[in-house]
Amino acid sequence: MIRLLWRDITLAFRSGGGFGLGLGFFLILVTLVPFGVGPDGEMLSAIAPGILWVGALLACLLSLDRIFALDFEDGSLDLLATAPIPLEGVVAMKALAHWITTGLPLVIAAPALGFLLHLDSAAYRWLIVTLLIGTPALSFIGSFGAALTVGLKRGGLLMSLLVLPLYIPTLIFGAEVVRRGAGGFLVATPLAMQAGITLGAIALLPFAAAAAIRVALR
Amino acid sequence: MAINWNAFWEWANPRKFMRWTDRALPVISVLAAVIFVSGLVWGFFFTPDDYRQGATVKIFYIHVPSAMMAINIWAMMLVASLIWIVRRHHVSALAAKSAAAIGMTMTLIALITGAVWGKPMWGTYWEWDPRLTSFLILLLFYIGYMALWEAIDNPDTAADLTSVLCLVGSVFALLSRYAVLFWNQGLHQGASLSLDAEENVSDVYWYPALVAIAGFVLLFVSLVLLRTRTEIRARRLHALEMRERVKDA
Repeated sequence: MIRLLWRDITLAFRSGGGFGLGLGFFLILVTLVPFGVGPDGEMLSAIAPGILWVGALLACLLSLDRIFALDFEDGSLDLLATAPIPLEGVVAMKALAHWITTGLPLVIAAPALGFLLHLDSAAYRWLIVTLLIGTPALSFIGSFGAALTVGLKRGGLLMSLLVLPLYIPTLIFGAEVVRRGAGGFLVATPLAMQAGITLGAIALLPFAAAAAIRVALR
Repeated sequence: MAINWNAFWEWANPRKFMRWTDRALPVISVLAAVIFVSGLVWGFFFTPDDYRQGATVKIFYIHVPSAMMAINIWAMMLVASLIWIVRRHHVSALAAKSAAAIGMTMTLIALITGAVWGKPMWGTYWEWDPRLTSFLILLLFYIGYMALWEAIDNPDTAADLTSVLCLVGSVFALLSRYAVLFWNQGLHQGASLSLDAEENVSDVYWYPALVAIAGFVLLFVSLVLLRTRTEIRARRLHALEMRERVKDA
């Protein structure tokens, strides 16, 4: 399983793997927002928590279909399904690899982008913490969406339609933590809720995703 | 196929299902029409205007039942999906599929009547209120569920994947429902018809509302039976076509 994790990470880093795509998308999105709403610093700092979270979410979505689609096309998913490790483990490892190559860079880049959006200085800490806690949930929920649409020809658009509603709770609690952090309020409750969602997603969704993949490979 | 032939599951056999619905459907449809119309007529013409809301209160007879149905139809789809996953009765999967479109319509009706009522009462068609928002989210879930059905050619694969989506979606819909409570304070009033609440709507509005709800439930039952019958026929037609093609080849 560790080897599978390494394989996926290496594939993502090599050329054509799409590493950095999400990061670039995140940067562009954050650059576009001031053009849309105007350069007013106060306004930007008011909407910064939401924009950063929505940006992270969309950047995550962008690379989701790579989790299974390429392996499905060249047949390695069939091999993985018949391998002696459980398919649930394969799914979990692939979601983890997706998080390391997409979610983790976002977490690292987010403070710099928060700077661009005049994010309140008290909120930086919470932005990093909440992204660190929340983005694994995005990868695991996303792996479920990707598993549902893996056999479909133009699954990408459908997958976003399926996955985005599932992201709502994570987004609500994530943005709430940053907003509260910026205002100097207590953040423990939304943070705990978000951690709960992430842990629940990690524990349960690989089973649902593996079930979907078994159906697709049938 | 190994089917446990106890009395209850016999109803799920497609042929038997077709036979009993053939007889039951006319009765249920007529009953649904009568109760639906009488509930709405009673509600619209034979109840007094509210002293503050005037005649706008009467949208209640469409809004509340459709909102209830929107949630309950998703619950019904959840049960049907579970039955499909566990026992693999085709009628169950098809019933869930048929119910989705009705549920989406009910959600839309609840949202639109709410907006129409909200404009004179709250001064706005739309507010990011927890209840309103969760209904919008529910609408998204219905749309996603139906889109997944449409996207997959193989009916069994489609039934499997949509069932899994329905299970996971239910958890997340519930999660979103309580997450939005956290996110914004409400403008919407509390439950209108809960049995244990101290403050409820007065009896003048309560009885016609019950009739209207019964009408909506029966309407849903007759529509779902009708649509499931259509799906079964479409499936049979497809099977016949395939058989012909094999014969020709």
